[in-house]
Amino acid sequence: MTVDAVIVGSGPGGATAADVLTAAGWTVTIVEKGRNHLLDPEDLTQPASDFSNDEIKFHSRHFLGPDPLIEPRTFRASDAEGDHTFVGEVNSVPSTVGGGGTHADGKVPRFRPDDFRLLSRFGPQEGSDVANWPVDYDDLEPYYAEVERSVGVAGTEGANPFAGPRSGPFPMPSGAPMFGATRSAAAAEKLGYHPYPAPTAANSVPYDGRPACNNCGFCSFFGCPIHAKGDPVAMLRRTMATGRAELLPETFASRIRTAAGRATGVDVVGPDGKERFLAARHVVVAAGAIETPRLLLLSGFDHPLIGRYLMTHFQTIVAGGMPFRTYAERGRAVTHVHDDMIVGDDASRRAAVEGGLPWLRGGLVEHSGAALPILEATHYPWGTSHTGLMADSPIRGRLWAFIMQGEDLPYATNRIDLDPTVRDARGFPVARVTYRAGRHEHVASDHYGPRLAAILKEMGAEWTAVTTSPGRGNAASPEAVPESRHNVGTVRMGSDPSRSVVDPQGRMHELENVVVADSSVFVTSAGYGPTLTLVALAARAAHLLAGTRSA
Amino acid sequence: MPVWLTDEEYRVAEAACERLIPATDRGPGARAAGVADYVDRLLGAFTFDPPRIWAGGPTSGRTGGSAGFATFHRLSTLDDLAWRTRIEGSDGRPEREFNGPVVGYQERYRRGLASLGTDFCDLDEAGQVARLRADPDFVDLLYTHACEGMYGAPEYGGNRDLVGWRAIGFDGDVQPRGWTDEEVTRP
Repeated sequence: MTVDAVIVGSGPGGATAADVLTAAGWTVTIVEKGRNHLLDPEDLTQPASDFSNDEIKFHSRHFLGPDPLIEPRTFRASDAEGDHTFVGEVNSVPSTVGGGGTHADGKVPRFRPDDFRLLSRFGPQEGSDVANWPVDYDDLEPYYAEVERSVGVAGTEGANPFAGPRSGPFPMPSGAPMFGATRSAAAAEKLGYHPYPAPTAANSVPYDGRPACNNCGFCSFFGCPIHAKGDPVAMLRRTMATGRAELLPETFASRIRTAAGRATGVDVVGPDGKERFLAARHVVVAAGAIETPRLLLLSGFDHPLIGRYLMTHFQTIVAGGMPFRTYAERGRAVTHVHDDMIVGDDASRRAAVEGGLPWLRGGLVEHSGAALPILEATHYPWGTSHTGLMADSPIRGRLWAFIMQGEDLPYATNRIDLDPTVRDARGFPVARVTYRAGRHEHVASDHYGPRLAAILKEMGAEWTAVTTSPGRGNAASPEAVPESRHNVGTVRMGSDPSRSVVDPQGRMHELENVVVADSSVFVTSAGYGPTLTLVALAARAAHLLAGTRSA
Repeated sequence: MPVWLTDEEYRVAEAACERLIPATDRGPGARAAGVADYVDRLLGAFTFDPPRIWAGGPTSGRTGGSAGFATFHRLSTLDDLAWRTRIEGSDGRPEREFNGPVVGYQERYRRGLASLGTDFCDLDEAGQVARLRADPDFVDLLYTHACEGMYGAPEYGGNRDLVGWRAIGFDGDVQPRGWTDEEVTRP
């Protein structure tokens, strides 16, 4: 049987493509290398009950995958370091039905109009390949609005003075602000910044047959036990209810087959370890910005830009110790953010010039604390100080922090390729990440770090500390591996086939029935989490593919 | 009765964990929380069916809902391969050595506990600390597991009677109760 489309990956991108295509009458097979803990195996239109408030399961024991013993990745900061300096968990987004949507804490901001046109708005940066996107905010706005409804986004219209124009209100009002965030937002406002309730894919009221979030606090890195989170559960349930979709978990796509300039289907390895071929009229690749280029390379595709321009956000983490409890274990993990450090001001423009740059951009700043006691405990030394530290809890109980998701520029040297020696348990070469931040990211971080610390001091901090990820020390140290999971940019979108891998509709220039529907296609990284934008792009690509919308 | 450690190893593990997380006037230590049981259940996870790797969901029953944590998840073929390799080591089996040999937790504990010495329980505090400092790789592993056993869900064998959570004022798993908006914003 030949289906209309095989979709590789069941995360936010693949689930959205499946939803749009099946609604248009297409038959699809969704291939997911991870397990299904999201949907009830007896009735795939209903949610499962596997997720829980369990730090050991989700944080210590890889419940959502990938397990680094089975599916390692390798890392090096630059080619000069040899084959790799680290083997294990590198930038891992969950490998499970629902993909990255299951573990995210659901902050889903839109990008702003400027984010799609850095080159024309600000100009080039030496050493990087800054370019405009072939789509702009106005092209994407209807899709942003559509996917905010399908995912279920809570937010407050008008709260962010820097936001792009909206064609309608958020589907739900914002949920309860966290106590610590009310304090940090007040401090930020006092210093002239503009914090606002983060647009969040967690239900603030019952929505689409799912309950309102009850603030359990186990959000980042955890699947939602009550499915109040706008992970792809909604899109996948709708998809399965059409009767036109098959979901194949524990099935690895190892090669896209081609004949006469078209893809004919996908070779997969199933849970029994046996290979088989899934014939398809179209292949939609939505495996994430690391696994998608890996599949294209495993397929023997030879466009020289496949895997290039990996971006993942250069994180500046600023922590402060408060003289009061911050209650970070209650609520949606992050309820407030501010955009000021993306937008910039006279001081940031001066800092750019002094740093030898034409311009600089920071990133979205998330207001958050730390909630997990095992994670806290392992940060303290063992011995007689342990129980006192845990009781006083300077890290979990009294810490408040900002994470700035710094926009990192597209450098051709930062990339995904196939590791020459390391294999996964199925026998296929794993993805190798080569990543090192550039001068732009360091200058921006150096400029904004102290300003974020000043907000925490205004909030009452007794001490503050600024770190970055990747770290600023020795390139070959473990800190060189970025903590961020906001992987984007490795299968660049554009109009010119010599400077991009996919066209403005997400189709590969050289194989037009292969569509990439995830964050791989991003041209630049913006300073925002990628989820809503990749979902909007996936919806657009699927509509254009099915002919239910025109470009 | 330990499921994997010998009685003697169990006693050394228990004393070593208590030295890493000792009872003080600020709170109870690892022994009171049964942390050695956590370690033993991890090392012996495959003596249970299903193996005790991942507790079930969606709730524990402690704040309402069903006691779902008590039923552990079944493992897939690859989950089984990963966790047997991690715990038992690759043991010369080609299917576990596709990236080279892996030394498992069981071997690291057997060696590490032996290096602490059968007389470890009889040493004074300074003597125990000196033995622990002499084997930092093993102590890193043991401390990580001790923290999991102290502050993780009790279904994994540690945090007995919620001693670890109560000592730090942590409510643990709170589904299906959660927190009210008032408790979130104005605690």
